[in-house]
Amino acid sequence: MSNTATKQNHISSYPKFIGRSLWLATEGSFGFYAWMTMLTAIFLVGANAWANQVAGGMVGTNMTDQVSWGLYIANFTFMVGLAAGGVMMVIPAYLYHDRKMHDVVIIGELLAVAAIVMCLMFVVADLGRPDRFWHLIPGIGKFNFPISMLTWDVIVLNGYLVLNLHICGYLLYMRFLGHRPNPVWYVPFVMISIVWAISIHTVTAFLYCGLGGRPFWNTALLAPRFLASAFVSGPAFIIVSMIMIKRLTGVTGLEQPIATLTKIIRVTILINLLMVASELFTEFYTGGSHASAAKYLFFGLHGKTALVPWTWTAIGLNVTAALLFLWSGILSERWRPLLIAACAMAFVGTWIEKGMGLIIPGFIPSTLHEIVEYVPSQLEWKVTVGIWAFGLMVFTIAIKTALPTLKQPSH
Amino acid sequence: METSKPSLPIVENFSRRAAVKGGFATLGAAAFVAAVSPLRQAAKNTTAAEFMQQHYTELSPEQKTDVIARLEAEAKEKHGVDVKISDDRPIPGTKFVYAINLSVCNGNGKCVEACHKENNHDRATNQSYIRVIEMPKGTMDMEQGSTTYTGAVPKDDKFYLPVQCQQCDEPPCVDVCPVKATWKEEDGIVVVDYNWCIGCRYCEAACPYHARRFNWKAPEIPAEEINPNQGYLSNRVRPVGVVEKCTYCLHRTRKGKLPACLEACPTGARVFGNILDKDSNIRWILENKRVYILKEELGTKPAFFYYFD
Repeated sequence: MSNTATKQNHISSYPKFIGRSLWLATEGSFGFYAWMTMLTAIFLVGANAWANQVAGGMVGTNMTDQVSWGLYIANFTFMVGLAAGGVMMVIPAYLYHDRKMHDVVIIGELLAVAAIVMCLMFVVADLGRPDRFWHLIPGIGKFNFPISMLTWDVIVLNGYLVLNLHICGYLLYMRFLGHRPNPVWYVPFVMISIVWAISIHTVTAFLYCGLGGRPFWNTALLAPRFLASAFVSGPAFIIVSMIMIKRLTGVTGLEQPIATLTKIIRVTILINLLMVASELFTEFYTGGSHASAAKYLFFGLHGKTALVPWTWTAIGLNVTAALLFLWSGILSERWRPLLIAACAMAFVGTWIEKGMGLIIPGFIPSTLHEIVEYVPSQLEWKVTVGIWAFGLMVFTIAIKTALPTLKQPSH
Repeated sequence: METSKPSLPIVENFSRRAAVKGGFATLGAAAFVAAVSPLRQAAKNTTAAEFMQQHYTELSPEQKTDVIARLEAEAKEKHGVDVKISDDRPIPGTKFVYAINLSVCNGNGKCVEACHKENNHDRATNQSYIRVIEMPKGTMDMEQGSTTYTGAVPKDDKFYLPVQCQQCDEPPCVDVCPVKATWKEEDGIVVVDYNWCIGCRYCEAACPYHARRFNWKAPEIPAEEINPNQGYLSNRVRPVGVVEKCTYCLHRTRKGKLPACLEACPTGARVFGNILDKDSNIRWILENKRVYILKEELGTKPAFFYYFD
């Protein structure tokens, strides 16, 4: 295939690129097929649970009129953070011209794509009437922009998805054609995506913190907190992914990016903990009914303690992870398992902190100060795990598609 | 660079692998179709006309007639009841306001029950738009109250605070709705288009008064208990998966009647009326009594007041 021919005719070469990517993405070892089969099976269980939820009504979830958002919105919030977290690779690569990071930055961008796909799935899973989804489409539906923050979220999330699809798609396509990517076609979009990444998580925080009737969320610190924890969970996921990619595919040049991301978490995890501490001080020192949700979350209220184990687990994981990240040995290759453990703890810790530790207590006590507890139902877990499996499939396939690029970095 | 890539496997191998992949892809697709097959059941409950239906404010009079005829036919089919669904519009020059005398309310809960029946709520969940909080005397802090009180009322050391939609002039629920499925009408009533709501429940999160309810399942009411006098924007039997709320019984009040909760109240604690009418009882109360507004500091500007003798 000559370059001149493909240069002239994208109409024929683009489908070839897609076909080849698809072929490459479905080629692999036995382990790869086992992994994908397992994810498919889990996804199908989730899809079935969701179909049952739509057919039977959301009574299959354990949400109530008091706790009207649950595991789905908790995961949605966390996934927005994961999508934004990828920008911690983009900033060193493009703003600080870190060559090594630049070579593998596509991992972060592909993670953003997979995470946003999951976000959209979690939102759809949470809708009582997914059949009316078209009401949300500007033009044919009735879009309450700019008053409803949810419409802002629809715009920024889809915009971020398109931006990252364009950046990754363009780079991979150029690689396929054997051309050097023209910076004009992607660098401006990368710059926009940096600002955009901040915006997706800020807007998502505004969904909650703009509600005067929910004192637990009604804090100006929410958006900065969201960003700080996103810059923990995102890099933590990417570090583990890179260690796996290195082991499984032999991609080189990942050591320095791993070190950079580790150093980033070292800072962001402390900023996050500082903000949590600041929030807790304000709540507990002031006291009063404004602090009831925090009291419920940390110590239980009127004998109701469903979230207490969750939140102390999160605190334990986050503090332990922070200590591990502070230790200089974590950067040495000898202690890789420990780095993976630290990343896993930080990841799970922020997942709890943003979900069971933030979305749920916003509803407990309710606005009439009723204490109705919430524990996700089996159906909710099935749907949630199904969406995670789908997201991991998207991410795996995306990484496989990008492998040729990752294996031959730099010009 | 293209040539430096590992070239594709030899042709026979390629086609065999392609066939295997195609086979697995087909298998996966078939499994997916099987997994989501319960959706077919859900699809059966939604007609094409319902799916395509436009927003209430965009329906022409003819379309409204058609929609209402369809809903009445569905009620007959699903519940075996002849219902009459009206489309009551605000009366010009009217702004409805509600007030409750907290010195008189004794927590008997008749309003809760009347709402349950009038508004065709699901029987099993005992749903209602009104919650009454039993509060210890000496505080207005709802944290010290209870919505699940039992026993004879009134108790000496308690007073009772019924809470329902406050029909705010600055309703946070309307602001947050992403699809404008809920809005405030000229007479002050905040309504929901049950056929437009997507069920995201953002309004439930935004409301400071726990005024909104979600239909976690399709409401079930025995045919003989269904209230056949229904309003499109109020008490018609709601579809599954949408949000609903108190509408000051607009299917009654816009016809000059009183809300069901007021009619049912044995103590006379409830007062309802048009605040624009200078001679109205409600106007006199708001001008002369000590009035309390729930969570006034949130700036929601309720059209619902509590007063004391």
